[in-house]
Amino acid sequence: MECRDLLKKLCSIDAVTGREDAAAQAISGILSDYCNEVRVDAFYNVIGLKKGHGENPRNVLVTAHYDQIGLIVTGIDENGFLRFTNMGGVDPKTLAAQEVAVHGRKEIHGVIGSKPPHLTSPEDADKPVKMEDMLIDIGYDEKQARKLVSVGDVVSFKFPVLELKNNRMAGRSMDNRSSVAALVEMLKELKRIRHRDNVYAVATVQEESGLVGAFMTAWNLKPDLAIAIDVCHGDMPDAPSDESFPLGKGVAVAVGPILSRHHTRACMRLARRERIPYQVDAEEKDTGTEAAVYSSALEGIPTLLLSIPAKYMHTTVEMVSLDDIEAAARLAARYIAFRDELDQEGNSND
Amino acid sequence: MFDTISTLVNAFGPSGRENRVAEAITHLIKDKVDEISSDAMGNLIAVKKGFGKKIMLAAHMDEIGLIITTIDEKGFLRFGTVGGVLPLISLGQRVVFENGLTGVVWYEESIESIKDAKPEKMYIDIGAKSREHAEELVEIGDMAVFEGRPVQQNGLVISRALDDRVGCAVLAELARRCPETDHEIYYVFTVQEEVGLRGARTAAYAIRPDLALAIDVTRTADTPKSRHGAVSLGKGPAIKVKDNSVIAHPAIRERLENCARENGIPYQLEVLDKGGTDAGSIHITAGGIPSGGVSIPTRFIHSASEIVNLEDAGNALKLLETFVKL
Amino acid sequence: MTKQGKLKASREYPESLIDTLKKLTMLDGVSGDEKPVRDFIMERIKDRADSWHVDNIGNLIVFSKGTGLGKKVMLAAHMDEVGLLITGINDNGLIKFKTVGGIEPRVLVGKRVRIGKDRVPGVIGYKPVHLQDSSERKNAVKKSGLTIDIGAKDREQAEESVAVGDTAAFDYDPVEFGDHKLMAKALDNRVGCVMLAELLGGRYPFDLYGCFTVQEEIGLKGAKAASYAVEPDAAIILEGTTCYDLTGTDEHMMSTRLGDGPALTVMDRSVIPDRDLYRFITHTAKSLGIPWQVKRTISGGTDAGRIQVSGRGVKVCTISVPCRYIHTPVSVMDKRDFFNTLKLAEATLAGLAGWFTRDGNSGAHEPEPNESGGKSDV
Repeated sequence: MECRDLLKKLCSIDAVTGREDAAAQAISGILSDYCNEVRVDAFYNVIGLKKGHGENPRNVLVTAHYDQIGLIVTGIDENGFLRFTNMGGVDPKTLAAQEVAVHGRKEIHGVIGSKPPHLTSPEDADKPVKMEDMLIDIGYDEKQARKLVSVGDVVSFKFPVLELKNNRMAGRSMDNRSSVAALVEMLKELKRIRHRDNVYAVATVQEESGLVGAFMTAWNLKPDLAIAIDVCHGDMPDAPSDESFPLGKGVAVAVGPILSRHHTRACMRLARRERIPYQVDAEEKDTGTEAAVYSSALEGIPTLLLSIPAKYMHTTVEMVSLDDIEAAARLAARYIAFRDELDQEGNSND
Repeated sequence: MFDTISTLVNAFGPSGRENRVAEAITHLIKDKVDEISSDAMGNLIAVKKGFGKKIMLAAHMDEIGLIITTIDEKGFLRFGTVGGVLPLISLGQRVVFENGLTGVVWYEESIESIKDAKPEKMYIDIGAKSREHAEELVEIGDMAVFEGRPVQQNGLVISRALDDRVGCAVLAELARRCPETDHEIYYVFTVQEEVGLRGARTAAYAIRPDLALAIDVTRTADTPKSRHGAVSLGKGPAIKVKDNSVIAHPAIRERLENCARENGIPYQLEVLDKGGTDAGSIHITAGGIPSGGVSIPTRFIHSASEIVNLEDAGNALKLLETFVKL
Repeated sequence: MTKQGKLKASREYPESLIDTLKKLTMLDGVSGDEKPVRDFIMERIKDRADSWHVDNIGNLIVFSKGTGLGKKVMLAAHMDEVGLLITGINDNGLIKFKTVGGIEPRVLVGKRVRIGKDRVPGVIGYKPVHLQDSSERKNAVKKSGLTIDIGAKDREQAEESVAVGDTAAFDYDPVEFGDHKLMAKALDNRVGCVMLAELLGGRYPFDLYGCFTVQEEIGLKGAKAASYAVEPDAAIILEGTTCYDLTGTDEHMMSTRLGDGPALTVMDRSVIPDRDLYRFITHTAKSLGIPWQVKRTISGGTDAGRIQVSGRGVKVCTISVPCRYIHTPVSVMDKRDFFNTLKLAEATLAGLAGWFTRDGNSGAHEPEPNESGGKSDV
C-alpha cells in the first residue's frame, strides 16, 4: 500500500484514547504484513516484531502511539442532549459546530451545538465557551437517547482525510497516525535492508492520557535503544521559529537533556550521509512525548525522538506532509540497520 | 458499617503520618486474613491466600492536613498544606494534632480580601504564650487535621476524613466477611494518596497483582447549581470509567457492571475530569496492571464535613464481594 | 575516614574541600550534559570504592560492599545544574535559547555564558532602558526577547562555533568573600557532589551506593533510573537548597537561613520524608551539637521524591546546605554550613546501621494495635 493510502486507512480508524480496544485488530492487521509476529497486549498496545539477521541481536524499540484525542459522555439531559468532557488535550475553542460520532450501543451521528450569532450578545461573543456548557445533539429525545447512549461512551470527531497540494494531507488524528504510517513505512524499508537487531515496532495506547502505553512497553520489552516517533508543531506565521518546523523539510530530530547525545548525533550524521532531509528540534524539557518515559525507564534507555511536523495540532484539520513521513521512516530504518557502521566516537553517555 | 467508619475517621492520619489508621485497621482485620504487614512507606498490606488471580483492592488511609513549618515568637504556628486543602475552607476550622492538641486556623487580618487568604497568610492558634511554650507542645514538621466527629443522620454519615476512610471501612468490612473465593486477595491500605498517589505505586510494584481496584470517593453533582455530572448520593456506588489519573480498563469496568446488574446492586458510572485515585499509579506499574475503581459518592470532599450515604457504602461492599468471587 | 563506620564527630575537614568545590563549580554540567562534572568526580572516587559504573542515563554509581548487615543504603547527589539549551540561530547571528531547569528571565539579563564543549563565550544583552517604551519599563523581563550574543556578524559565522542542541552554562568564577561566604555558580548541587565524594571510602555494615545523578533539574530523571537499579532500603539525599533570609522577609517565608546549619526537609512538593529517619538525623545532630534547621517552605522538589516511590518503597531523607540565590550565577553559601552538613551526613551514615537494627526499621513488620487510647482521636 502506498504511504498515501496507508495514512488514509489509518485515519479512518477510531481509537479514542483509553478505548483502543475497538481498533487494535485493525492496527494489528496493518502491521502483520511486515512483521514476523504481531500480538496485542492486555492494554491493546499492538506489538510487532521484525527479527534481526545478525548474531547477538539487540532489541530496538520503535513506537508511535495510535490513540487519538476525543470526548466522553458525562450526562444525558432531559431533552436528549449529551454533556461531555475531554479525553486527552482537546481545546474547547475548536469544538463549535463539529460533526462527531458517538460510540454508544451503535455508532450515532451527532453535532456539537453552537449558539447562532443572532442570539449572541457582543460581550459574550468575545468569551470562550466552556466545555461543560456545550452539548452534543444526537437528534433523539431523552428516552431514545438513553437507549442508545450511556455515560462513559466515547465520542470521536468525524472528518475525512483531505489531499492537498505538495503531498500534504489534512484531517483529524494525523496526530499520531502519521507516525504510525511512518512506523509501517519503516518496516517496509527494513524488509529491503539486512539488519542485525530485532525491531519491536509498537503502536502504543493512551499517550494522550498520560503516556500510559509507553510505561508498559518500556517495562515489558526492556529494549537497548528506544525510538519514539510523534508529531511536532508545523510552522505558523505567529509561532516561535524554534518551536515549529516547516512541512516538507524533513523529519525533526530532537536534541536535548533527556535524549541520548550519542545516538542523536549519530542519527544526524547518518541523515546527512543518506541525504535524508532533517531538521533539528531542541527540546529543553521532557518533550511531552513517549521519549520522556523511555529515557528514564528501568535503568534508563538510550532514546531518540523523531518527529513529523504537523500544523494545527489537536484540531480536526491537522496537516502533515507525506514527504516528512517517508523521511522519518527512512531515517529510523537506516539508523537501526547502519548505526554500528557510524563512527563510535565517545561513549553512549556522552 | 457506621461503627467501622466511625472508628476509622476518628484516627489521625494525614499523608505521611498514617500509622494510627494502620493500627486501627490492623485491629479490625488481623484475625481474618492470612498475612498482614507494613512496607517501607507505611502501606498496610493484608493478604487472604488463594490460588487464582491476584486481586489488589486499594483504599488510601491518608487524609489532607496541615504541616507546621514555623513557630513564631508569639507562639503562633505557620503551616503548609498537605494535599488539596482549600485555604478558604480551612478558615475558622478547628484542627487537631496527633497528641490531641487543638488549634484554630485564622488569617492575617491585614489582607485586603478574604480571597487573598493563601496558606502563607494564615496561621494556627494553639493558645501558646510564647515560642518556647509552643515548642513544648508541637514541633516543626508535626501535622494537624480537621476536626469533625462523625454523625449519623437520615441514612447519611457526616464526618471528617470520609475521603477515604469510608473506602478503608468498606475494604475492612470486606476482609472481615472473608468472601469465599479462589483468588488471592490483597487488601491494601495505602499511604500518601493525597500528595500524589505515592503509596499505591510501591505496593503495586511489590504485589504485582493481575488486576486492581481503587476504592475511593467521588464527587457528586446533586447539590444546588453544582458542576455537571452524573453521580448522586444514594444511587449506588460509582463504577469508574475514568478520572484524571486513569481510564479504567474496559474489561474491569464491564466485569463490575455485570456484577452489579446480575446481583441487583444499584450503581452509577463515574466520569471525572478532575482528581485522581490510586488506580492512576497502579495501572502503569511494572508493565501495566489492568485497573478500575469503585467509588463512594461523597459531597463536600476535602472539607471537615464530608457526606456519604450508608447504603452506597453497603452496596459498594456487596459489589466488591461479588467481584472477588468471580 | 575511619573504617567500620565509627568516627569522631569532632573531625575537622580540610579546607581543601572548598578548593575542590570551587573547581567543580567551574565545570559545566547542564542537565543532560553532565560529562565534565562526572569525569572529574570519577577521577576522585575511583580508588575509594569497590566498584563504580556509569549507567545508561549517565548516573555515576559507586559501590562499597558492606560488612554483612544485608541492607542497601543509597547516598544521592545530582551533578547537573540549570543552564541554557541553544534552540536556534537568527540571521543576524544572535543565538536563541531555552532555559534548562528553572531560571527566572530577569536573572539572565546582562550575564556571561559559555556555550558547548569549546566554552564559546557570549553575553545576554537587553534593550537599553532608554529605548524601552513605558510598558516595557513597567513589566518584567520576558524570556522571549533574550538572545545570546557571541559577537558573530551573521548566522554563518555563529554556526561555525555553535550548534542547535549545545548547552550553555553561566561563566562565573567562584569568589570567597565576607564572613566565611563562598559565591559560585552551580552550588546547587556541587555542594552535594563534594560531600558525597568525601563520604565514599568508608566501610559500613550495609552496602553503600553513592549515586551521582543526572537530570535532576528537569524532573528528577536520573534518580529514578538509579534507584530502580539499586533498590535501596534507605536513601539520604545531599542537596543545596533555597535560602531566603533577606531583610524584610517574614520568618515563615524564609526557607532557610544562612549560617544556621544543615537544613532538613519535613515536606516538599516531591516528598514527605520518613519521619523516623528524620528523627534519627535530628537526634544525631542534637547529640553531637551540630546546628541544624528545618526548611520552612514546602515548595520545590528533590531526587528524594523519585527514590522514595521506586521499587517497593524507600525510606528517604534530605540534608541540604542552604544556598542563597540558587539557580543564578552568583549563589552564596556559608562554608560553616557546608562543613556542618558534611559532618551531619557522616555521623548519620555512621549511626545508620544502628537505626536499621532497632525494632521496626528492618522493613516489613506487623504494626501493633494502638493501645494508647483516645489520645489520637479527632
